Amino acid sequence: MRAIHVDEIRAAVRKLCIDANLYLPSDVTAALENLSKKENSPLTEMCLTQFRANREVAAAEGLALCQDTGTAVVFIELGQEVQICGGLLTDAVQQGVADGYRDGYLRKSIVTALSRINTEDNTPAVIHLRLVAGEHLLIRVLPKGGGAENMSRMAMLKPSAGVEGVCDFVVDTVKLAGANPCPPVIVGVGIGGNFESAPILAKQALMREIGSRNPDPELDELEQKLLMRINQLNIGVQGFGGPDTALAVFLESMPCHFASLPVAVNLNCHVARHQQVIL
Amino acid sequence: MREHILQWPEDAGKLDALHSGDIVYLSGTIYTARDAAHRRFVSLLQAGEGTPVDLRDSAIFYAGPSPCLPGHVCGSIGPTTSSRMEIYKEDMMKAGMKLMIGKGSSDPGLPALCQRYGAAYLVAMGGVAALTAHCIRSMETVAWPELGAEAVRRLTVERLPLVVIDDIYGNDYFIDLAQKCE
Ligand code: SF4
Repeated sequence: MRAIHVDEIRAAVRKLCIDANLYLPSDVTAALENLSKKENSPLTEMCLTQFRANREVAAAEGLALCQDTGTAVVFIELGQEVQICGGLLTDAVQQGVADGYRDGYLRKSIVTALSRINTEDNTPAVIHLRLVAGEHLLIRVLPKGGGAENMSRMAMLKPSAGVEGVCDFVVDTVKLAGANPCPPVIVGVGIGGNFESAPILAKQALMREIGSRNPDPELDELEQKLLMRINQLNIGVQGFGGPDTALAVFLESMPCHFASLPVAVNLNCHVARHQQVIL
Repeated sequence: MREHILQWPEDAGKLDALHSGDIVYLSGTIYTARDAAHRRFVSLLQAGEGTPVDLRDSAIFYAGPSPCLPGHVCGSIGPTTSSRMEIYKEDMMKAGMKLMIGKGSSDPGLPALCQRYGAAYLVAMGGVAALTAHCIRSMETVAWPELGAEAVRRLTVERLPLVVIDDIYGNDYFIDLAQKCE
């Protein structure tokens, strides 16, 4: 048994919220910089130059990369050998989110669903907790903006739709989204499980490192094919046209009922923020 | 693709020079309004009442900034998806709104509305909000402060870079692009 105090968790979440909103992960930065190496249309070039300048200003002045600092989505892997002491894990996470959004001058975008009253501290965060083996606590924070989230889709396909049907659904989602999710996007796809599992898989997929290969050869091949199809849609950077609609397509899959074929597509914008820490 | 420099609202009569795909550097006075403020604007307009901001020749920025850091004029600021404001646009145009600044695809009826009312839809870059904050010279909350980030703010902007999507001639950059592709 290893004890971790809630104060440590709260402080870690606070820092992750701030860091995630100020600094892009290095793989995302590298992927965006790669786009600049080609010959681009003047509008695309203007966007890429602004993306770079924005990262510099955000880091230098401590400003959020995007005004939409999102819903705080928190993935937690809790080792079974860990004992949380001093309070509840989820309370510590919510308090850490409130601290981070207050101290980081991040926008509070969370309102009650029907009466639309702002909760004032960007809580509740959406927390996904998984018990794993070991003595560690892994926390990943993914601030998720509304623009890209609103363009995400989920479907319960007929099994007869097959791989083809899944691929068409993914490509159609990106096409329907057009310029709205601030392309170039990252496309997270969850296939299988139940009605609730596919979207969570899709969201998890968004945190994979750009350039990494899918360990499943079938999914790996599909990822390459989908990326090619999506980049032929001519949506392009910010929707101005061109071949750079998506930076990556990441698939996650799990078995499902033989009557079902759930598929979920979660889009992330070019400000693809996420940070993690292991306590 | 041409470049224009517009001073707002002084140049409100010069929208005929803009064509879809052009770049505009906008300076002058504009107002922020998102979903909640639009709902209030339009219910006032429909009730025949006055609005807290004169909408004649107005430029509306679909935006809600991040909180302002000490010593700064404005926090991170950038456009939100304009199509969410679809059902409010005609009432706003009837009241005199001439410029919409947002991000993302236009809604199906927008080109015709822009043509009828002589209005234009321009996009600001999404996801460059720290940089865009540098274009804001002053910021003042002018209506509904209880809406927080969604309150209406008067902004003085300087050389805010924008791209024309819908011009007053019924052209739409994104629709034309999609047609060319098909
Ligand atoms: S989609 Fe992303 S980059 Fe665009 S406004 Fe929303 S959070 Fe910002």
